[in-house]
Amino acid sequence: MLLIVVVLTFLLLESASGDAVDAYLLSIGGGDAAVARSLRQAYGLDQSMAARLWLYLSSLMKLDLGWSIAFDRPVLDLVVERLPNTLLLMGSATALSFGLGSALGIVAGARPESPRDRVLSTISLILYAIPSFWLGLVLSIIFAVQLRWLPTSGIETIASGKAGLARAADIARHLVLPVGALALIYMALFLRVMRSGMAEAWQLDFVLFARSKGLSRTRIVLRHVARNALLPLVTMLGLQSAAMLGGSVVIESIFSIPGFGRLAQEAVSGRDAPLLMGIIIVSAVLVICVNLVIDIVYAALDPRVGASESGG
Amino acid sequence: MTIAHLSRRTLLQAGSALLASTALPVLARAQNTPSGGRLIVAADSEPKNLNPAIVASNGVFFIASKVVEPLAEASFDGKDGLSPRLATSWEGSADGKSVTFKLREGVKWHDGKPFTSADVAFSALSIWKPLQNLGRVVFANLEAVDTPDAATAIFKFSKPTPLQLIRNALPVVSSVVPKHVYEGTDIAGNPANVKLVGTGPFKLTEYKPGEYYRLTKNADYWNKGEPKLDEVIFRVLPDRAGAGAALEAEEIQLAAFSAVPLTDLARISKVPGIKVISKGYEALTYQLVVEINHRRKELADLKVRQAIAHAIDRKFVVDTIFLGYASASTGPVPKNAPEFYDAGVPTYAFDVAKANALLDEAGYKKGANGTRFSLKLRPAPYFNETKQFGDYLRQALAAVGIDAQLVNADSAAHQKAVYTDHDFDLAVGPPVFRGDPAISTTILVQSGIPAGVPFSNQGGYASKELDDIIARAAVTVDTAARTDLYKQFQKLVATDLPLINVAEWGFITVARDSVLNVSNNPRWAVSNWADTALKS
Repeated sequence: MLLIVVVLTFLLLESASGDAVDAYLLSIGGGDAAVARSLRQAYGLDQSMAARLWLYLSSLMKLDLGWSIAFDRPVLDLVVERLPNTLLLMGSATALSFGLGSALGIVAGARPESPRDRVLSTISLILYAIPSFWLGLVLSIIFAVQLRWLPTSGIETIASGKAGLARAADIARHLVLPVGALALIYMALFLRVMRSGMAEAWQLDFVLFARSKGLSRTRIVLRHVARNALLPLVTMLGLQSAAMLGGSVVIESIFSIPGFGRLAQEAVSGRDAPLLMGIIIVSAVLVICVNLVIDIVYAALDPRVGASESGG
Repeated sequence: MTIAHLSRRTLLQAGSALLASTALPVLARAQNTPSGGRLIVAADSEPKNLNPAIVASNGVFFIASKVVEPLAEASFDGKDGLSPRLATSWEGSADGKSVTFKLREGVKWHDGKPFTSADVAFSALSIWKPLQNLGRVVFANLEAVDTPDAATAIFKFSKPTPLQLIRNALPVVSSVVPKHVYEGTDIAGNPANVKLVGTGPFKLTEYKPGEYYRLTKNADYWNKGEPKLDEVIFRVLPDRAGAGAALEAEEIQLAAFSAVPLTDLARISKVPGIKVISKGYEALTYQLVVEINHRRKELADLKVRQAIAHAIDRKFVVDTIFLGYASASTGPVPKNAPEFYDAGVPTYAFDVAKANALLDEAGYKKGANGTRFSLKLRPAPYFNETKQFGDYLRQALAAVGIDAQLVNADSAAHQKAVYTDHDFDLAVGPPVFRGDPAISTTILVQSGIPAGVPFSNQGGYASKELDDIIARAAVTVDTAARTDLYKQFQKLVATDLPLINVAEWGFITVARDSVLNVSNNPRWAVSNWADTALKS
């Protein structure tokens, strides 16, 4: 599975016109033919495509991610350096959007078609339609430039010398806007899935039964309707974690957060095959892990999943 | 510095009004410039090799020029347009085969070792000549560097090499790095290419990839009393909207190289405490050029090229695309290279009727659909303005019956398509004029350059007459005679149109009012900032 991802990425980048040397020469304002030739030799770009792919795959087998051409550093170093920022950004945004989205979804789905539901659904639709870069810029203009409550960009105050809790608080302050921008948009998605799941569940027989039993409305909403509607939401969470990696490219650029998304963009524009493949492999592993966790959660939430497996 | 002097220098018409209001008080050097403080500057790229002796590019100089110094820096009012740095004087021999540099004494490297002529000789022979992107051109005929004593370096050339060229190139090609750090190592892979060791007013003390570079005051700097600042921080802000927002929020104090887009300048200039400065880039002039593939039958016809030149409304380009922060070009040498600039070249006024007439004369009549022929047009993606000009050119050509098909690509792809594969008919490029036509300008029209060389003549144009002038200028030692050859060069290019020069522009600096001594030399953004200060 991973092998397919790697080979496809390699071929895709290969099909783009221009190579790492073209990109580099451009960034330094030109260079003569001899320079280009010796650079291509140094990077191994003078060899055939198959030879390079083979070389890369064989070193990958030894768990060596290779050397980034665009940064002139080991790919592993770059990945280790950038990954925590993205995980922090994505993790907080996912947690926030999932938490808020499902909570508001419950509020909306508790009484489908009520005025409360209408208002929440409309807001969520509007939020979902907003492009993340636009929302990011607007939030930044309002809260960082006009009100100056929060910093405009960065992951922490540069060269502040802060450590420990003070540093954590500083990072948290810097994350408010990017996490907010990412979370607001995805929150809308979770809200809508939760709400429609609940609206459907209200029609089901067991809810009718619970109502006829005379259970309180709150109890029905939380124990029966919401729990049932949570299942598609958890599925969404698994899918969304992959999508958020993509969404973070834009947010990371706007808020100058040195993360994975920005690294990927730099890898593509620098035609840096080893780096891009390193990023894709790590992302793929990440998504696989998240989905594994989701499957486990699924079994815990839905007794049918575990039962059918043990029975079959 | 007088106002008269200023306005002579001020070449961007629209910038002049701004300058009068903002730059003058800054230029009037205060008697007691405050010292101390941390200046935070926006940076948009992180060069993988930060050694300016190897990579002479603006992206590298922006950060590295504060740490590693050249022999001389460009200056508005110094002799030869230079102000001495590591060299105190330079003199050429009559035969043009040697140049003697007297070096500054008492200078120390950041690691405490003394700077001597051996460092200059090593940098020149082992780095500038064999490895540096521009030094390979300028020092091609450098044979040896004699060091009779620690403060003298005599450059020996195998062929006559004009002192004028060396002088003009000094700020760009002569960054000196320490011999004791590089000797006997793999120079291209030396860790000091990232952890710079120089003689400059600042030391590079910290680099956090993706976040910032921290430069700290060099207390042992040779010019006592400088630098004024304690720290300069280059904060990485890749998003173009980011620099403007950070300036307004007072998180950074300065953004150079038009990091704040032109379209934002009108608004941000009204923010109290922020100034917009168009000065300080006179020696880094970018040129908006239409590159032409002469392999295409229609474009090989001079009349067609003249027609295209007439079809372009330069005033519109300057006013609408560059919002006035540029000026129209007449030829391959920009106006702010007054040493070489010749205004008396043929010009091509905006005249659609004449363009149509020329195309008719050339035998390309309009077809039934109003089109004469189709062309592939590739605008370089490096600047917003080059892309926008591509859109404009398509419309301008449509008005004279030429159907230009726009092909947009990212940087690496554009590079390969135009400069290696020649897969273009017209391209829009932004070459740079670097103080002397021989550094990176003649290569744009000279013949015989192999494919794959970016920013060179890849359009298949060949003119023996032009090649001869270029070759003669390369070995003409007499300054007046050499200057005259470049005037002929300009006339010939403007007459035969191997390419079409449309406009020329410098960048814009946006700074908080608290930053003092901004833009006080023609390469300010890439100079050492030793006298830059912060008002507390």
